[in-house]
Amino acid sequence: MGVRKAITGAQAAAEAMRQINPDVVVAYPITPQTPIVEEFAKYVADGVVDTEMVPVESEHSAMSAAVGAETAGARAMSATSSQGLALMWEVVAATPGLRLPIVVSLVNRALSAPINIHCDHSDVMGVTTVGWVQIFSENAQEVYENTLLAVRVAEDSRVQLPVMVNQDGFITSHAVEPVEIFDDALVEKFVGVRSLDRALLDVEHAKSVGPLVLPDHYFEFKRAQEEAMSKVFEVYREVGTELSAITGKQYPFFETYHTDDAEAVVVVLNSAAGTAKAAVDAMRAQGKRVGLLKPILFRPFPYAEIREALKDIPVIGVLDRSMDFGACAPVYSEFRNALWALGKRPAMQSYIYGLGGRDIMTTEIEAVFEELLSGKLDAEHQRYIGLRG
Amino acid sequence: MSERKTWQEVELGIELPAATSLAYKTGGWRVLRPIFDPSACTHCMICVGYCPDMAIPVATSEAGVAGKGGRVFKGVVRVATNLDYCKGCGICAHECPSKAITMIREEEAEQASCKL
Repeated sequence: MGVRKAITGAQAAAEAMRQINPDVVVAYPITPQTPIVEEFAKYVADGVVDTEMVPVESEHSAMSAAVGAETAGARAMSATSSQGLALMWEVVAATPGLRLPIVVSLVNRALSAPINIHCDHSDVMGVTTVGWVQIFSENAQEVYENTLLAVRVAEDSRVQLPVMVNQDGFITSHAVEPVEIFDDALVEKFVGVRSLDRALLDVEHAKSVGPLVLPDHYFEFKRAQEEAMSKVFEVYREVGTELSAITGKQYPFFETYHTDDAEAVVVVLNSAAGTAKAAVDAMRAQGKRVGLLKPILFRPFPYAEIREALKDIPVIGVLDRSMDFGACAPVYSEFRNALWALGKRPAMQSYIYGLGGRDIMTTEIEAVFEELLSGKLDAEHQRYIGLRG
Repeated sequence: MSERKTWQEVELGIELPAATSLAYKTGGWRVLRPIFDPSACTHCMICVGYCPDMAIPVATSEAGVAGKGGRVFKGVVRVATNLDYCKGCGICAHECPSKAITMIREEEAEQASCKL
């Protein structure tokens, strides 16, 4: 049994960090992530956590310091958004190769230019190829639980990879919702301490970490990294089952909402999935058989499970909150890849919505469902929701 | 890494034994070789501090070594550049206030040593 608190998504992330009580937190403030470290700094100042909080001069330094702390054996966390992640990129790309299970709270915000502080997914979609586990959260409750889950998945001996927990900037990070915070002692037991099977800063058995590796071995290290990523599925399931014992909830790779008999399904990440559920309810009330699939675990991508879930759906619309200029949008690409192996493939339509924080309304998602049901699709071109002109 | 490992055998997180750079002799990268003239050296240690590869060793000499103007320098003195690690960047020659180091092309140095 938990305690219900009225908090924001950012505070939900900070609450999870309070319970995780990491050894080190390093972050640099950036809108809309700032309230996470602001809140957490309060816990540090009040002595609620034992964490050493390291003030740094940039996000590049933040991730570098987190890498240093984790190399020494500490449990380190950070949080960032958009330009901050962009500045961090060099170290973000190095972290999975170093096999350091750092957990980062990413509050999704549009990338410049033009400069914008509001939500879209262009920040995270720029790092999906470098080897971080990516988990998406619809609301503050999911942010809280996903953050707890992330630490255990990251640190599992079969994985040892960094994890980003995503939430929508402002929409989730700054909106107050009721969030159930579970018992401190139970969560503390679930989270445990980082167990090390490597003596990293052991001067008796000194090692070189992150040395130059030339064509004779680089390829082998990268293949080993891919193997660790493939283990995430089983670890995610196991850790999810353990967390269920505390929360009573399930931790699937994705959530389906009224998809069983659906004639059309919309796929959308994060907070817009909540909006889409309201649209599904409205359409269902009119007798229209529509549903939603909300991806949660985006890296590694559960191709087989997605294929199984969508194999009988006649038409699928995938809504992306970022573009891959000159190519298929990132979420749409993955769903198209997942469904390629089917003998009889669903019809698909790619939509772009919500860039730079443009609102998306239930009526707009209802219009998407109407379009999907009408069969007036264009497989060659993505369509835009809420765009002028 | 000397032996060729498979992807199943590589160490987690790219860790190697300590001090791998000792086994990695970068002197083979050199195009220019520093020629040190002990008779022009004041053992000021500027070259030692500037060398990015720590390839200029120092030693302690009680008896002293003959340097610039025939003067005997005692105590900590620089000795011959370690050509196993010197990449030939020429910073030592550029910084030396006594012009005790000159850079010559590696093949000229090789030819000179052959003649000897």
